Amino acid sequence: MPGRDDTRSRPGTPPADAPASGSHAGASASLGANARSIRDLQEIARRLRRYVIAMTAKAGSGHPGGSLSAADIVAALYFRVLRHNPAEPRWPDRDRFILSKGHAAPVLYAALAESGYFPLEELLTLRQLGSRLQGHPDMTLTPGVEMSSGSLGQGLSFGVGVALAGRLDRRGYRVYVLLGDGECDEGQVWEAAMAAAHFKLDNLTAIVDHNGQQLDGNCCDIMGLEPLADKWRAFGWNVLEIDGHSMEQVVTSLEEAGRVKRKPTVVIAHTVKGKGVSFMERNLNFHGKAPTAEEAERALKELE
Amino acid sequence: MAAELGVREAYGAALAELGAEDPGVVVLDADLSSSTQTRLFARAFPNRFFNVGLAEANMMGVAAGLAASGKTPFVSTFAVFATCRCFDQVRTVISQPALNIKIVATHGGITVGEDGASHHAVEDLALACSWPPFTVVVPADAVETAQAVRAAAKARGPFYIRLPRPKLPVVCGEGYRFAIGKAATLRQGRDATVIACGIMVAKALEAAEKLKARGIDCRVLNMSTLKPLDEEAIVLAARETGAIVTAEEHLEHGGLGSRVAQVVAREAPVPMRSVALKNTYAKSGKAEELLERYGLTAAAIQEAVLA
Repeated sequence: MPGRDDTRSRPGTPPADAPASGSHAGASASLGANARSIRDLQEIARRLRRYVIAMTAKAGSGHPGGSLSAADIVAALYFRVLRHNPAEPRWPDRDRFILSKGHAAPVLYAALAESGYFPLEELLTLRQLGSRLQGHPDMTLTPGVEMSSGSLGQGLSFGVGVALAGRLDRRGYRVYVLLGDGECDEGQVWEAAMAAAHFKLDNLTAIVDHNGQQLDGNCCDIMGLEPLADKWRAFGWNVLEIDGHSMEQVVTSLEEAGRVKRKPTVVIAHTVKGKGVSFMERNLNFHGKAPTAEEAERALKELE
Repeated sequence: MAAELGVREAYGAALAELGAEDPGVVVLDADLSSSTQTRLFARAFPNRFFNVGLAEANMMGVAAGLAASGKTPFVSTFAVFATCRCFDQVRTVISQPALNIKIVATHGGITVGEDGASHHAVEDLALACSWPPFTVVVPADAVETAQAVRAAAKARGPFYIRLPRPKLPVVCGEGYRFAIGKAATLRQGRDATVIACGIMVAKALEAAEKLKARGIDCRVLNMSTLKPLDEEAIVLAARETGAIVTAEEHLEHGGLGSRVAQVVAREAPVPMRSVALKNTYAKSGKAEELLERYGLTAAAIQEAVLA
């Protein structure tokens, strides 16, 4: 089981006490001022994928597919875009990341641990009785988790509330909400999309992890979403479409979203479910099933 | 009969006062602000009022985001939408993280009247009481409403406060002090106890008065907090009066009667009867006609005490 030895001591990775991208001291700095290079981010994304494999294999359950598709986005957010401080998870001016597709909890926990919110070793307690790492995110238990999610379709509404509070309090923080594409079947997503545009929330960015697959099959067969970009545009959003595995495009789009005024921005990130592990890519078996020990070993080899 | 006062108006006025006292109070409504009376707050504090349109599910999530950012959201819509329509939203983003949100739902029960079954909230108390961290309050009149809204604002954690549409006679007189989780003994008695909430409190007092003429000395408890329940007052009533009748504008199962019965069965078993809606939905009609038709009357309480 390689999770435990897969730590920051690996050559070329930042030390355990490295500050996250936006430390408290750097709060007044512009977005990404303390950011790592694209190369570093790619390396971090690779590590996050390794953690996802290790933790779901150890847990014996969980959702690796949608965690792997979001790994590049989550790495870019926590290690370049977000101003946050793992030593002070409730810092009032922090940027917020809200995981609406709560089943991707493993990749969120991986990023939080890698950032230093809690020890990397704790990742291997995922889904166990007594662990702070619940099957789906719990804001009352896990440092750095902003919202309790898991019942889909609710994170964008929550993000609208957080963005409204930021505006009321004249705080400069930004709010990022990660949605699944299957999740966009939920009507509440569109209620929230309408509200965000109505309130002109330019401090809110939605990201759709558009991996094209949901539990029962391909999104286009289960419930057609297209034209997805046009839908968001029709709801009053600024829309950016990117390759969600191109770190340059992920970073550029998220930074551009921060410059758009008087309307919210959605980044539709085209991704591959199970990305990074050949036998998990586009393989629906791994939507909600953990790899076996043997599969995990093969996966980790590929992610070396 | 005591003077009748608008319960929703009392809520709106209390909310506007709270807005002046506490800049952290924000209010959300779903296109019903002229019915729920949150418009009084909206006029005074437009920046802190969010009308989300006809999107109650979204409203609960937005409220959760505001609460997680340190605000004290009051969320209003009709009781049927706040609970039945949004059960999962409240469960996941308000109840499970125990956020500091006050849901004040109006148009509870069947006294909504003519709008009919789609608008009659008759399951809401069962649903709200099922959320573990929630405090659930059903005020008996305008006086108690204003006090309960203030108490909710002061306390931490999620609240469900249920208000009816009609004006109600004032039963909480001069010097009344609402306390969360405390029943108020509005009338002492030794022969039986009527435990009521909401609009049924005035009817319980009326029934007790009539029973007095027949030589039956009835205690009346205003059990405005359904959760946490004042178990001490229930046990005392059971032991001292030997019989209990509950009265509520709600389905018989899952509301006040069920909750009281659990305590009575466990701590002090005595004969019980419940005056409530019996496993059915009501139809359209005038509020008073419906109460008569579905047996939510002072006469029904009297019969239950005599049974």
